[in-house]
Amino acid sequence: MQLIANIVTLAALYALIASGYVVVYRVSRVLNLAHGEIMMIGAYLLLTTGTIAGGPPALALPLALAASVLTGVAVYVVLMRRMSGEAVFAAVLMTIALGILLRGLATLLWTGQLHHPAQFVGWKNAPVHLPGGAAVSSAAAFTVVATVVVYAALFAALRYTRWGQRLRAVGENPRLAAQRGVAPASAHVIAWALAAFTGGLAGMLLSLDQGLDASVAIVGLKTFPVVLVGGLDSLLGALAGALIVAAAEALAIHYIDPLVSEVAPFLVLIAMLMVRPWGLFGAREEIDRV
Amino acid sequence: MARASGYYKTGYAQQIALLETRTQKAWLATLALLLVLLPLVAGGFVIDLANQVFLAVIGSVALMLLTGVAGQVSLGHAGLLAAGALTVGVLTRETGAPFWITLPASAIMGAALGIVFGLPSLRLKGLYLGISTLALHFVVTFLGHEYESRRGFSSGVTIDPPRVFGIEIYRPGTWYAVLLAAAVLVVIFALNLLRTRTGRAWRAIHDRDVVAEALGVPVYRAKLSAFVVSSTLTAFAGGLFAYYRGFVATEAFSMFLTIQYVAMVIIGGLGSILGAILGAVFVTLLPYAIEAVVRLVGLEGALSGYVFAINYACFGIAMIFFLAVEPEGLAGIWRRVRDYFLLWPFRATPLARGR
Repeated sequence: MQLIANIVTLAALYALIASGYVVVYRVSRVLNLAHGEIMMIGAYLLLTTGTIAGGPPALALPLALAASVLTGVAVYVVLMRRMSGEAVFAAVLMTIALGILLRGLATLLWTGQLHHPAQFVGWKNAPVHLPGGAAVSSAAAFTVVATVVVYAALFAALRYTRWGQRLRAVGENPRLAAQRGVAPASAHVIAWALAAFTGGLAGMLLSLDQGLDASVAIVGLKTFPVVLVGGLDSLLGALAGALIVAAAEALAIHYIDPLVSEVAPFLVLIAMLMVRPWGLFGAREEIDRV
Repeated sequence: MARASGYYKTGYAQQIALLETRTQKAWLATLALLLVLLPLVAGGFVIDLANQVFLAVIGSVALMLLTGVAGQVSLGHAGLLAAGALTVGVLTRETGAPFWITLPASAIMGAALGIVFGLPSLRLKGLYLGISTLALHFVVTFLGHEYESRRGFSSGVTIDPPRVFGIEIYRPGTWYAVLLAAAVLVVIFALNLLRTRTGRAWRAIHDRDVVAEALGVPVYRAKLSAFVVSSTLTAFAGGLFAYYRGFVATEAFSMFLTIQYVAMVIIGGLGSILGAILGAVFVTLLPYAIEAVVRLVGLEGALSGYVFAINYACFGIAMIFFLAVEPEGLAGIWRRVRDYFLLWPFRATPLARGR
């Protein structure tokens, strides 16, 4: 029972992070290698708002989320917009540069020590007892709830709202979309804002649970297999991939060795690339074999 | 390439010559002389820096062939370096093999990893190599940690200095000669490789793979060969690194090392071997330059805990600057400055900008 609870909470975290990769990739075809760092910045922003505003998490959390969204917009406007005419290759290199820059700035602004934002926002992180004798931390439980809400909102927004249609149109064919009056830059900036929102939220919840230092960004790297397994351009795939990778990782911890869990997601990834490189739910025509 | 005037190629030998004019030969001879004379005058610190630069040149030329020339993003450079270094470490610890077995073994290890991780992802278009090399990084470092902890070398594996004809290569001055020779050989190898059918095929798939295929370039094979050549050279550099340091610790091969090498090829200028060399010099010396500046300003006490962060931020800013403003990198700046002086007093930019 505990094992299942662990898998579900880990999968929820991975899925929340993965949604940021998927949204940006789907709209702009850029694989954002700085997503882990954006996540980390979100967590540090929570540290700052928590220190300033103190008080209940209901105040600090939305403030930090707003700041995180602003970060995402700024990243797009200042850096990524320049790369929109260039090859995707150059844009991806730009995200690598952005990642290392954010990592340096985070340490300069907030020092490299291990922080515990939970203290500042007054988050108790009391364990939640589930039927069957399992227990999870309340941050993890909240992550599951947040993931469900975020995914429901994303699905609904992409399908039913006007802006969701525009995002999908730009992702499918930017030139045609521009012809029909959708500015690709506006779709891109929304995608980056959404990615910074979900990524920042994931980073905050992770840091509430486990403390905060540069290793938060590594979790972003470990989420790559999730996105690949599910299919780079599919939200549904990200959910499925998160479950598979989280299960592989949790089972490896439980039955083999905690150290193996570090590589388990990547072994799943390699296997997937060999068998079905477009992922479980990815669009097949996306990937031409050569 | 801009030439003042009156320079025509009249034969095949001139066409394939790496150096065209007497001036170029004179400059290169001067550089060679300086490199030979350096260890006679410089202190231990400078020699160590030079040795680090030579090692970085080998690694960055390897990455340049893959990323700059063939256009494949790799995030596993540190993992490949680690694989080479660990191969040397494990072989010397377990079997006591001499360097002429371990270094080729590390190169073979690099080639094998290149094939294993390149096969599934290189059939696909786009950035899949980057993702599978990320997997390579984590798998190699995991295996390294496993070996170190299982065999009780938890802080790292020590390696005895290599012996050639009974002489131990131990002093930095001796290493200087060895590493300089290795770097020069790798650079010449890369320059020559780029002028062959293979090198032209790599450039072609970078520029437009559909056209390359229509012209008869086997795209999959060309991509795979680029990755295998690159990973072989990288693992070889890792093996040399292990011998040079006399010590292998898996922890040294972090994601940051990969980003340093990516920074080298971006800052140097994608697609140019000269760029790989300039980038290696720049990136290797940048942390020392930052340290010197911090000390000059007198803030080393206040900023002592932030050295890494400052390095990270500077790397990020330098990469962003070169990507956004100067995509041809240091090599492009160098070329423009040189053309300016070659054409002086005329200002006309030459039509064809050769590499």
